[in-house]
Amino acid sequence: MKRAGLILALMLSLGSAALAVQPDEVLDDPALESRAREISQKLRCPVCQGENIDESNAPISRDLRLYVRERLVDGDSNDEVIDAVTDRFGEFVLFEPRARGGNLILWLAGPILALIGLIIAWSFLRSRREIAAPVPLSDAERSRLDRLMEDDTRA
Amino acid sequence: MVAELGHFALILALGVALFQTVVPMVGAYRGSPAWMDSARPAAIAQFGLLAISFAALTQAFVTSDFSVRLVYENSHTAKPMLYKITGVWGNHEGSMLLWVLILALFGAAAAVAGGNLPPSLRARVLSVQGAIGVAFLAFIILTSNPFLRFTNPPFDGRDLNPLLQDPGLAFHPPFLYLGYVGLSMSFSFAVAALIEGRVDAAWARWVRPWTLAAWMFLTVGIALGSWWAYYELGWGGFWFWDPVENASFMPWLLAAALLHSAIVVEKRESLKSWTILLAIMAFGFSLIGTFIVRSGVITSVHSFASDPARGVFILAILAFFVGGALTLYAARAGAMTAKGVFQPVSREGALVLNNVLLAVSALVVFVGTMWPLLAELLWDRKLSVGAPFFNKAFTPFMIVLAIVLPLGSILPWKRGQIARAARPLAAALVLALAVATLVFAVSTGRSSIAVIGAGLGAWLIFGAAAELWHRTGSAGLGRLARLPRADWGKAIAHAGVGVTFIGVSLLTAWQVEDIRVARPGESFDIAGYQVTLVDVAEVQGPNYLSTTATMRVRRDGREVAVMHPEKRVYPVQAMPTTEAAIDGGLFRDLYLVIGDAQADGGWAVRAYVKPFAFWIWLGSGLMAVGGLVSLTDRRYRVAAGARSRRLAAVPAE
Repeated sequence: MKRAGLILALMLSLGSAALAVQPDEVLDDPALESRAREISQKLRCPVCQGENIDESNAPISRDLRLYVRERLVDGDSNDEVIDAVTDRFGEFVLFEPRARGGNLILWLAGPILALIGLIIAWSFLRSRREIAAPVPLSDAERSRLDRLMEDDTRA
Repeated sequence: MVAELGHFALILALGVALFQTVVPMVGAYRGSPAWMDSARPAAIAQFGLLAISFAALTQAFVTSDFSVRLVYENSHTAKPMLYKITGVWGNHEGSMLLWVLILALFGAAAAVAGGNLPPSLRARVLSVQGAIGVAFLAFIILTSNPFLRFTNPPFDGRDLNPLLQDPGLAFHPPFLYLGYVGLSMSFSFAVAALIEGRVDAAWARWVRPWTLAAWMFLTVGIALGSWWAYYELGWGGFWFWDPVENASFMPWLLAAALLHSAIVVEKRESLKSWTILLAIMAFGFSLIGTFIVRSGVITSVHSFASDPARGVFILAILAFFVGGALTLYAARAGAMTAKGVFQPVSREGALVLNNVLLAVSALVVFVGTMWPLLAELLWDRKLSVGAPFFNKAFTPFMIVLAIVLPLGSILPWKRGQIARAARPLAAALVLALAVATLVFAVSTGRSSIAVIGAGLGAWLIFGAAAELWHRTGSAGLGRLARLPRADWGKAIAHAGVGVTFIGVSLLTAWQVEDIRVARPGESFDIAGYQVTLVDVAEVQGPNYLSTTATMRVRRDGREVAVMHPEKRVYPVQAMPTTEAAIDGGLFRDLYLVIGDAQADGGWAVRAYVKPFAFWIWLGSGLMAVGGLVSLTDRRYRVAAGARSRRLAAVPAE
């Protein structure tokens, strides 16, 4: 049932007209406003498909945008605002997962994979260099070569 | 009647595909020329049947035959003709039919153009291609049949999702599919080579154009999608790191890696087993992309069809082909002995680095895309991974890539010296630094994105130009025109990467935005432009109602543009869309959006100045053109005779 409600909310929010941030939401202080926008882009709209609250038209996103601005006006730091929203809605709303616990794997995946890739590549490159020394002929090849040379001299 | 004909042709195509899978493969095993050659007519027949099937579905859409359920669900009599046609693939069933049609097209193309391939290789390639066809045809017929009928046809349809009624999105899926499915050719060649146990320069010479073509189509498809998002979604975003975008981006990155590693196989007979692995992975990721979009396992705006049964089916197809190919790879890759010998500092070494960077960055995107799913399965945690993560985790790889690219591409084969190779690039480096300094001086903001991005972009562009000049041996312009097309293609594509770098970074750093309420007649200023809302009118469109604003833009007292941003409502789907008005320019786009009416008689209005936005798609276009120019290189046009001679000289294993 909860899921059905979610899908309904999804359908309502999906693709509705633009103008996510409404003119009446914008703060007078440009510095605070730009911080609010920065925070909004990191928070996911809880009922939409992959939209942040800055882009979303869902009513809840508007509420969240207003809430973020209220907290900023009250003097909270960016992290405090994000924490407050996360406490309420869970880590689902964080578009940038925290680099803690299991999520460390996510954050370290890039550097570790790059390291592994470079090590493999380097050992491959070294192996290509080492074959540079010519391989001596095997006995079979030598005898074949001798035979061919013999054929040549006879002809 | 026509729909039944299409349905019948579809089922026949499955039969033909089964034949194409089994008979040539057995023939290649038993060495029977007749059985092997049967692959060619089969591939052509399969394409012909699917073309009939697709034409039948198109006919149903064009004539608004609402007794076909798919037409009822996705079309409407009042819809413009263009979107009646594009509506054929604007839905799950039709888009899968397009998928197999393109698959069969590539198979038929290989059958027709592959006259000089060794018969057993050709038979095996077409057989693998046929097997992919069998899997997807079965998928369509069993889970997604487009030809189902109603007993009592309704009077009118439910219309196509208005977001899809747009030229950019109309042609986005076909190009993406051409790319995804084009990679199936590389895959088929890789699997066939594993079965044959032989990879040589001639093989790479076959695989490279297919990969290049697939990569080109993917580039165009992705660029169209991103351009569409830019003008349609109403705030000018161009990339969202949405799971479905990632689904197309991963194969693109891997295809880019593959077409570079295939150069090493072709020219130096090295990196063979890696190239095979890349070919398997690139197509594997295309299938994963199809799985992500079609199953809806990761929720996304794009999944207009989400059905668990379909998801499981595609997952089974993915497991069979990728699992099978990797097993074969594990068993046979040892037979691919490398021949070329080279020093780490060489073109080969640079291409290996290119492959590491592209493959790892693709894997980073993969891990980020799948992470929410994994976290839910493993720890029952519902979390999100979005743009902020990808920007941080992915961008460093692109920065390193851009730094080393011009240097790597000018290094000689086998053995090089960095200092010596860098000499022709000195001027490019100076120019790039000058651009970075200029951007730094102009920037008022705090972000370093503009300086780094524009500097690297300039480095890529000037580096590509310097390399072309270097290739002429400083013999002047006349020689420049006689350079091989491959050299030109490479320079154009690499410069295209630079142009996109500049576009993305300057747009991100320098965009200016203004959100306000304006009454008709009111003016406001944004970044030196004076914007006046002249009036707002209700306009009736063919299948929608539009609220159209007229806005006048002036700069220094001179009129720059009169623009008409729109807000539309499509009554059949009860869905609003925005049509932003864009005044495009080489150095900036003006981007206006009209919003809701306000209580005081004003209108919500959003205005943007987006510097260098055009460069994002200009760069993508240049990449695609570079690929096209490279494809017309002499060695692909005249290589036919040379190829068969070369093959005759290769001893049997």
